[in-house]
Amino acid sequence: MADDVMQEIENEVRNNSVMIYMKGNPTFPQCGFSAATVKIFQEIGRPFHTVDVLSSPAKREAIKRYSNWPTIPQVYVRGKFLGGCDIVRELHQRGELERIVDEAFQ
Amino acid sequence: MLDAEHIRHSLTTAFPGAQVLVEDSTGTGDHFAVTVVSPDFSGKPLVERHQMVYRALAALMPRVHALQLKTVTPGEQ
Repeated sequence: MADDVMQEIENEVRNNSVMIYMKGNPTFPQCGFSAATVKIFQEIGRPFHTVDVLSSPAKREAIKRYSNWPTIPQVYVRGKFLGGCDIVRELHQRGELERIVDEAFQ
Repeated sequence: MLDAEHIRHSLTTAFPGAQVLVEDSTGTGDHFAVTVVSPDFSGKPLVERHQMVYRALAALMPRVHALQLKTVTPGEQ
């Protein structure tokens, strides 16, 4: 069971250029940090996929083990863990995030 | 409920010589804003820096609802 969830995560991060694990969904985020993260990616304007961890307790725990990262949201770009809300914000402020995301679509 | 001093103590133990600033951002003992200034971060990407902080706070994390992190080296300030 646990391995199935890990495999599902592996597929999600590999099959989506930008993958965001969040609380709630982009229309109704359930946490300020998830909301802030999604807003930045909406500004960048490239497509991204999200998973609502609140609707899947197993995935909420599995994603923390997958990334060795204790908090949600978590962002993956091209299968690689990018970081949480603070890192997304910082990369965006430095002007690096847009380049990282653009590269994921080349 | 935690107090900021508890978190500060764990971080100064894990990062000797670091400058550590911890704020209880909501006054409720579960949302904190943390800044760590340490030469240990030198040459490390942000993900790795944050993971170092999370590792240092592993025992406390289950009681923390939100942690806002800033990790810089003395030269980046």
